[in-house]
Amino acid sequence: MARKLLLTHIDVPGINTFEVYRQKGGYVAVEKVIKTMSPEDVVEEVKKSGLRGRGGAGFPTGMKWSFLAKPEGVPRYLVCNADESEPGTFKDRYLMTHIPHALIEGMIVSSFALGANTSYIYVRGEMMPQIRILERAIAEAKENGFLGKNILGSGYDLEIYVQPGGGAYICGEETALLESLEGKRGNPRIKPPFPAIAGLYNCPTVVNNVESIAATVPIVNLGGEEYATIGVERSTGTKLISASGNIVKPGVYEIELGLPVEEFIYSDEYCGGIANGKRMKAVVAGGSSVPILPANLILKTAAGNSRLMTYESLSDGGFQTGTMLGSGGFIVFDEDQCVVRNTWNFARFYHHESCGQCSPCREGTGWMEKVLHKIESGHGSMSDIDLLWDVQRKIEGNTICPLGDAAAWPVAAAIRHFRDEFEWHILHPEESQTRNYGLAHYADPLQPIVS
Amino acid sequence: MLSVKQHNENVTFSPELLAKFGEVVGRYPEGKQKSGLLPILHLVQAEFGWVSADAMDQVAVYLHILPIEVYEVATFYTMFLLEPKGKYVLEICRTGPCCLVGAERIMGHLEQKLGVREGEVTADGLFSWRGVECLAACGFGPVLQIGPEYTFYENLDEAKVDELIDNLKAKTE
Repeated sequence: MARKLLLTHIDVPGINTFEVYRQKGGYVAVEKVIKTMSPEDVVEEVKKSGLRGRGGAGFPTGMKWSFLAKPEGVPRYLVCNADESEPGTFKDRYLMTHIPHALIEGMIVSSFALGANTSYIYVRGEMMPQIRILERAIAEAKENGFLGKNILGSGYDLEIYVQPGGGAYICGEETALLESLEGKRGNPRIKPPFPAIAGLYNCPTVVNNVESIAATVPIVNLGGEEYATIGVERSTGTKLISASGNIVKPGVYEIELGLPVEEFIYSDEYCGGIANGKRMKAVVAGGSSVPILPANLILKTAAGNSRLMTYESLSDGGFQTGTMLGSGGFIVFDEDQCVVRNTWNFARFYHHESCGQCSPCREGTGWMEKVLHKIESGHGSMSDIDLLWDVQRKIEGNTICPLGDAAAWPVAAAIRHFRDEFEWHILHPEESQTRNYGLAHYADPLQPIVS
Repeated sequence: MLSVKQHNENVTFSPELLAKFGEVVGRYPEGKQKSGLLPILHLVQAEFGWVSADAMDQVAVYLHILPIEVYEVATFYTMFLLEPKGKYVLEICRTGPCCLVGAERIMGHLEQKLGVREGEVTADGLFSWRGVECLAACGFGPVLQIGPEYTFYENLDEAKVDELIDNLKAKTE
């Protein structure tokens, strides 16, 4: 049985309440940091743990914290990014729904480490039920002396507030989130300055994902060094994976980083294999933004090594033959799924969600959606594939925020690995309206890969 | 669609609603009351079912900001309904992972069952439906949500959709 740090007590009845969470060892990390550690000690432990941002970018959390400016007399803020909007990702909703105190405890530990006296949890507006759950958890923590003025008699004050978003994917980008939290449109800011210098209300600010903040609790309890022994290489600790698509057991799983992808997909402990006795065609391993990989490349790297659930192994081979761990949104496609249709669907999503500031993204995402729809509906021509490639290439790297890249990568990867399926749509416009292309050469069990 | 032109001159904020506004504004440092705009627009929508231009003007007065600062926000965020909709707005996820497990089929069924196209209101004023982007419930798809509480209905099939709509109808009779 794999080691769990965040979801250890997920099945305990009443774990959503303060009382049961506390009985199961909750808020011990708050006591430890407030009574025995300095803020610098906590930052040091998080650095030692090797924790990397769980929202998708994978930037080392401890390093991000150490960039925080600390000018005299200026408030500092911790803002939790609970805008979870990346298609395929639903781990934060799961954690907040079932163990809200894991986030609240992490917020207190992290706020203490950063010297923040007011912290915000920015939750996407659609998660109203989770907002209520968090507000109740905050009230419980306050009643028990873990929040508010003079926490545990230490002289440290902290208030946590929950802020609803309004239904905009872009607000998961940290500077768009800060704009939104200031009551504005979610237009990402030009960086620098980075939020660590000028963030919320122009004050030094750290923005961290829900799971990253919750992970500081086991890091404090175990110690950073012990936490770093879990996982492999620079992928330390555990990760919540949101598994969806055509699998037997969709849901949220906590894995030790380093688990083989094949085991994650096929073992009964996790996804339980492909649903309805079908075969696997492709996987999007880290949320809709990361490159889609055909079955053979997700299970083994181009060099023939077993692919592991780690930041390094999933990106092995670069974008030519690899992908990214991203947010851990693991979407599995069976043999009946159409890659062209899915790529069009994602392109429409990014077009819909583009904030419109940068021309390459605002216009390019619209072009990609239209051209993909044309191919999918049986009106494409061969030059459209090259046009798509050209458009995505001109978006990537040419925008203020990563939404442009996120829109370009899925289109590029679909063409790179499934070009024959695009061509088939174009050469067989009528047939493509009545049946799907199927597996072609991507079938699992694995075929030998010719590089 | 995203224009601020719908007027509802009968909008008045009750003392109870204003008390909730006050609680929201108290969460931010002094002078940063504009941060309360999104939570307040949610409260307005929960109260009136949609966000009219007149309501936005009054919110602007309340927060000491310009009306345009409210309009530009209300038109940016997709959750805010800028015209009257059905009493129940069924918002179904139409993004990739949900489509892998049948969301498009369920959208077709919704359209048939309700007899109105996306965005329209049923003749009895009870229902509207629309496709929305990923609701972060991909493992439980297809999913739909209904405001203002944003209750989730997961693992949908045709029978569950029928039951949900029938229950909502019975509730209002």
